Amino acid sequence: MNALIIDDSRAMRRVLRRIVEPLGFAVTEAGDGREGLSQLRAMEAVDLILVDWNMPVMNGIEFVHAVRADTKRRDLKLVMVTTETEPMKMARALMAGVDEFVMKPFTSDILVDKLRLIGAGTF
Amino acid sequence: MDVQDFNFVREMVRSRSAIVLEDEKNYLVESRLQPLARREGFVGIAELVTKLRSNGFSPLHGKVVEAMTTNETSFYRDVQPFEALRKVILPELIAKRTGTKQLCIWCAASSTGQEPYSLAMLLREHFTGLATWDVKILATDLSTQVLEKARAGCFNQIEISRGLPPPLLLKYFDRQGPTWQIKESIRQMIDFRPLNLIDSWPAMTTMDIVLIRNVLIYFDVQTRKTILGKIRKLMRPDGVLFLGSAESTVNLDDAFGRVEVERTSVYRLR
Repeated sequence: MNALIIDDSRAMRRVLRRIVEPLGFAVTEAGDGREGLSQLRAMEAVDLILVDWNMPVMNGIEFVHAVRADTKRRDLKLVMVTTETEPMKMARALMAGVDEFVMKPFTSDILVDKLRLIGAGTF
Repeated sequence: MDVQDFNFVREMVRSRSAIVLEDEKNYLVESRLQPLARREGFVGIAELVTKLRSNGFSPLHGKVVEAMTTNETSFYRDVQPFEALRKVILPELIAKRTGTKQLCIWCAASSTGQEPYSLAMLLREHFTGLATWDVKILATDLSTQVLEKARAGCFNQIEISRGLPPPLLLKYFDRQGPTWQIKESIRQMIDFRPLNLIDSWPAMTTMDIVLIRNVLIYFDVQTRKTILGKIRKLMRPDGVLFLGSAESTVNLDDAFGRVEVERTSVYRLR
């Protein structure tokens, strides 16, 4: 199983990596949406993407739109991990094609439960 | 914590709530009572217990029992019981009740409200035809403190992050600063009332569905039998009982039979 973690904070990428690696995901990292897209193109199979909203160059919501426009990648699960908690913004993310929404700060069991609920991988 | 103090608290909690605290739960008692002792103005647990020993049952004793009852919960906890309700149990019961248009559901240890609110949202989301029915959701708990929180329907970010799918959060909650308030239309579907499962129960309506999940494990065998016997008398003949995944009626009450529904066990009267 492959996961792509996109966040401009290296510390947050490390936190997320430490949560999903024990679940059996091989992790690739990117620091913004554009880098995330090029990483994604280079990856053969991706099961899960954890993406931040507020990032330089290309933000999370633009990234989600770009990924969901690619019909070949329909099965992958997209989880937005963000400090955004405005209902309107959350609704925007869901409409863009996000499968789940994790609000920072969060605990590892919350993220793991959400991944299980949306069927991201088998663990 | 002093062994004698631990034994005193253990005996008091057992007699009041029938919750059995094993020897190795010393740490749990300490971690739960330390904040309470401080809040009540005692130097430490020892002084709190001395006060408890000097009186008959007082509000302070009640607070200690409340502090020791576990309140772990989440929205749609364990998922499968709610899938069973949505896909099988509720459609079946609704078909049988079209004559009376009445449905009664009891969450017997509702804690801070996540379970009854999950049920209410499930009904609103998937069974819109019930709008003209008389649907009662009774939510009870031993602790008046957690009932108050449940009734308020106000949850912090961590609480709403546990088990609640974002579309339901957006549809049924209003954000109020750092917290999320359940909408009044959902809140008013539920009747919150205090009830100690080991005391005598008030007169209650006959139930179609009873959820008493992850509660019996804390009671000794005799208390489990008594509680299940009382639930049995409250249930309609075709009613359904939900227990926690680690719980069962086996060797406790043979009147119940286990049925597998949507990868979860439910109990029906034989």
